[in-house]
Amino acid sequence: MSSITELSLNEIVSNIKSKKFSSTEVTKAFIERSEKSKKLNAYVTENFSSAIDCAKKFDEKPNYELKLPGIPIAVKDLFCTNGIKTTAGSKILNNFIPAYESTVTQNIWQQGGILLGKLNCDEFAMGSSNETSFFGNVHNPIGENLVPGGSSGGSSAALAANLTPVTIGTDTGGSIRQPASFTGTVGLKPTYGSCSRYGIVAFASSLDQAGPMTKNVKDCAILLEVISSFDKKDSTSIDFKRNNYSSELTNNIKGKKIGIPKEYRVDGMPQEIENLWKKGIEFIKDCGAEIIDISLPHTNYALPTYYIVAPAEASSNLARYDGVKYGFRSAGENLIDMYEKTRSEGFGEEVKRRIMIGTYVLSSGYYDAYYLKAQKVRQLIKKDFDDAYKIVDAILTPSTPSSAFKIGEKSDDPVSMYLNDIFTVPVNLAGLPGISIPAGLDKNGYPLGLQIIGKPFDEQTILNIAYSMEEKINFKNNISDWWI
Amino acid sequence: MDLMTEMKDFLIERENTSYEVIIGLEVHAQVTSNSKLFSSSSTKFGAEPNTQVSLVDAAFPGMLPVINEYCIKQAIKTGIGLNAKINKKSVFDRKNYFYADLPQGYQISQYKYPIVGEGKVILDMPNGQKEVGIERLHLEQDAGKSIHDIDPNNTLVDLNRSGVALMEIVSKPDLRSPDEVNVYIKKLRSIMRYLGTCDGNMQEGSLRADVNVSVRKVGATEFGTRCEIKNVNSIKFMQMAIIHEANRQIDLIENGKSIDQETRLFDTKKNETRSMRSKEDAHDYRYFPDPDLLPLEVSDKFIDNIRSEIPELPDEKKKRFIEKFKLTPYEATILVSDIETSKYFEEVIKEADVKLSTNWITGELFAVLNDKNLDISQSPISAKNLSKLINLIKDGTISGKIAKTVFEEMIDGDKDPQKIIDTKGLKQQSDPKAIEELINKVIKNNAEKVTEYKSGKDKLFGFFVGQAMKESKGKGNPQLINKILKEKLNG
Amino acid sequence: MTIDLKTVKHISKLSRISVDDEKANKLAGDLNSIFSFIEKLNELNTENVEPLTSIAETTLRFREDEIKSENIREKILKNSPENNEDFFVVPKVVE
Ligand SMILES: [Mg+2]
Ligand SMILES: [Zn+2]
Repeated sequence: MSSITELSLNEIVSNIKSKKFSSTEVTKAFIERSEKSKKLNAYVTENFSSAIDCAKKFDEKPNYELKLPGIPIAVKDLFCTNGIKTTAGSKILNNFIPAYESTVTQNIWQQGGILLGKLNCDEFAMGSSNETSFFGNVHNPIGENLVPGGSSGGSSAALAANLTPVTIGTDTGGSIRQPASFTGTVGLKPTYGSCSRYGIVAFASSLDQAGPMTKNVKDCAILLEVISSFDKKDSTSIDFKRNNYSSELTNNIKGKKIGIPKEYRVDGMPQEIENLWKKGIEFIKDCGAEIIDISLPHTNYALPTYYIVAPAEASSNLARYDGVKYGFRSAGENLIDMYEKTRSEGFGEEVKRRIMIGTYVLSSGYYDAYYLKAQKVRQLIKKDFDDAYKIVDAILTPSTPSSAFKIGEKSDDPVSMYLNDIFTVPVNLAGLPGISIPAGLDKNGYPLGLQIIGKPFDEQTILNIAYSMEEKINFKNNISDWWI
Repeated sequence: MDLMTEMKDFLIERENTSYEVIIGLEVHAQVTSNSKLFSSSSTKFGAEPNTQVSLVDAAFPGMLPVINEYCIKQAIKTGIGLNAKINKKSVFDRKNYFYADLPQGYQISQYKYPIVGEGKVILDMPNGQKEVGIERLHLEQDAGKSIHDIDPNNTLVDLNRSGVALMEIVSKPDLRSPDEVNVYIKKLRSIMRYLGTCDGNMQEGSLRADVNVSVRKVGATEFGTRCEIKNVNSIKFMQMAIIHEANRQIDLIENGKSIDQETRLFDTKKNETRSMRSKEDAHDYRYFPDPDLLPLEVSDKFIDNIRSEIPELPDEKKKRFIEKFKLTPYEATILVSDIETSKYFEEVIKEADVKLSTNWITGELFAVLNDKNLDISQSPISAKNLSKLINLIKDGTISGKIAKTVFEEMIDGDKDPQKIIDTKGLKQQSDPKAIEELINKVIKNNAEKVTEYKSGKDKLFGFFVGQAMKESKGKGNPQLINKILKEKLNG
Repeated sequence: MTIDLKTVKHISKLSRISVDDEKANKLAGDLNSIFSFIEKLNELNTENVEPLTSIAETTLRFREDEIKSENIREKILKNSPENNEDFFVVPKVVE
């Protein structure tokens, strides 16, 4: 039998329920592997000894009714965890210990989950390679010096390297789906309003969503079921009837109509990705679904729109980091000097760049030309999807325009870095659910993902499509444990 | 009162020129509510520093605003009281700036789409009524408090107020004098107190205003450049600030200089305004819709329900008082200006004469309240006992003069006037026989004066009244004394 | 359009982030390349398009006017870089 850490969440849960494993055994296995994997730099904060305590407590009085009975889980360090340092990958929060818990993590602990630790991420989730973290690069387990994607790069790396059975990330412009694609794992960004944003360090409020990152689609459905909840503490949380995603999961997608948007064929996209997409289309046909060519005419405007909307919101969301209430402070001669030094030294270059973009597009004289314009284009992008969903049930696209790249390869050129999110960003702008599943390897053996985009609140359909494709694709990740 | 002198416009005179002062107010009124606008911490005044601060109020990472329904209702109620348009859809925006007592780095406010639109307020000025336009009313968060005088080296920040709901009521530039500002603020306060939407307590900072002042030569139609004087917290200071600022601007004009549009601060100690920010540091608030909040929509039914809760407001009440109780407009204005006063008045006249009640409330009672610096709700004499006293005057049990003595006694412990009269034997002597007896005695004891009087020294009549009063120990019915004295002396 | 050094300095002032000249120069370059990419939006005529501010197609949900949070001063001040047990502390502000 393969070792515990290689098993899926679903398998571990069954084994715990059948008392084949204890929570302590499982927790120790992941800790042991995590200890051996420091080179990946996936963790910012380890919570190992108290995780073992929790596991022991679970084993003393096990509750097998729970959906995550005694399951150790490491989470992105963007979720505030009561009594545990929460940094958002930033120096400015390097010493911040919240006295409260995010709703999403609370949902996990309520279902029996145990906090293993906090995972590295791009600073304030701003990045596509995990290179902007104050705590350094994360290595993709696929290969040394390869980025794990971002911003949930610590999460994707930890998951692919079997340091945690599942994890959660946040996705503002692709921060779950792109790292999932880069590491050969499954990542789902739910519909905006599905998962509470309460207690998640905000990047761009109108785009941020938490979501599951897992090794397979079934696990993804289980974890989504746990974290998706209506929350009165978040005014944008939506009270809709949530499915029992895992029990309703089916590979029967006969008669479903799947749209293929022509605008997602972009210049310079590697042939391998084009081929992968074609392969995906064939698999879907094999499953009895119907393929329909569609157009999302404003796709090309999504990224420029995103790079106005997200920085604008971020520039305001990050104003609270001023050295007064919590976090890092640099001494100043007066209040303004203290602010300017604190923020200059406390934030990294990419975060500062985005704050500046955001400040600029909102500033007087530029608001209409940039921010208002972007909001209007966002309307057009949303309308593209609304129109498409009159015809189709879901949309299939590649997840990313390339596979994982080398650390440092794009860090000098912000625009080329931003282009990573070209296929994922429209989904955030329109508030839709999207899932990335591993679909193949490129010539280097690096994973490539396909994205399925759904109608609002119709996570079940994209999970079902992903589930049926997963069977056909039969993806095997190519990880050699090079870091151990 | 000489109305002609009152009617004169408020003008500032210079050698050859008269200047008119144009004033607009942005009043910040604290919404009466238990909890804050976007968090469930208490709004109670006077708590220990930072004890009424939630994670939301202190802007901890990941904290989100959730709006208080009652504050929305209060704003709409106030809007109705200001005869204003209620906007069924409004939007919360972020106003971005850095300050020590602004933990989010932005204030949640309403910019383009406020909850209440245009309205108007009627001012009762000595020379008649004046209408002041309301531009808008919007909801926003209050900031915390910076304290500069505890620690010599640092500024301390208390966030108890942070997030408390404010209504910003913006007037049109329709005010023309410090007097009008005084009446306007009092009228706003009166309306909000009637509605129960703001307690109007200026000492506790529940009502502050930013004062926009500009000047122009009499006859000019264009407005001059205005300056905004921030956060003035008493009517007296507003008036001082306006006069100072207007004169400062006129000085600049007279010296051929231009006025910079800027934000200024009123220094109450030096009685002057001074610039708050240099030009380079001009504010750019970067307003944008708060992505943590959805648009605020209210239904007609929601608004109608609030409308049905609106009590009789000062203007209507005044009209009723004049029509029903035949009060003069002046008396009615005084009695309705404060809801508690009007309640007290209506309580007193339930059982007592209106005319006497009006005089006693606006005269003796107000004097006592003023003297003791009390609100009418803290009146040492209850409406019930005052109405008893007035009835005792009315039915002749005591004279107006004795009533004043009784009133003085009543102040201490809200005593029943009848009991005071009984124990002190102050009942008026109204038996004609007894009075006649007592006058006979006075005439007998002052035979010389009687002769003088009869020989034409009319002025002595008052002397006899005084003597008779004295003889009755002040209790003699004055009308009766007069009547009988006249009969005896002239007969 | 180009973003010059003066504009960068102005934005950095508004953002309360100090930048030295070298950084400002680098930033100006970055911002110019980002904005030339953003300019693509000018291709679109959006005259009659309603701006989209909120993707969640509902309206604001209300909370009841209840006091639910108690005094958590200690928790609130615990993380602050400098405090005196009762207050947050900042450098002296002269008004
Ligand atoms: Mg103002
Ligand atoms: Zn205001």
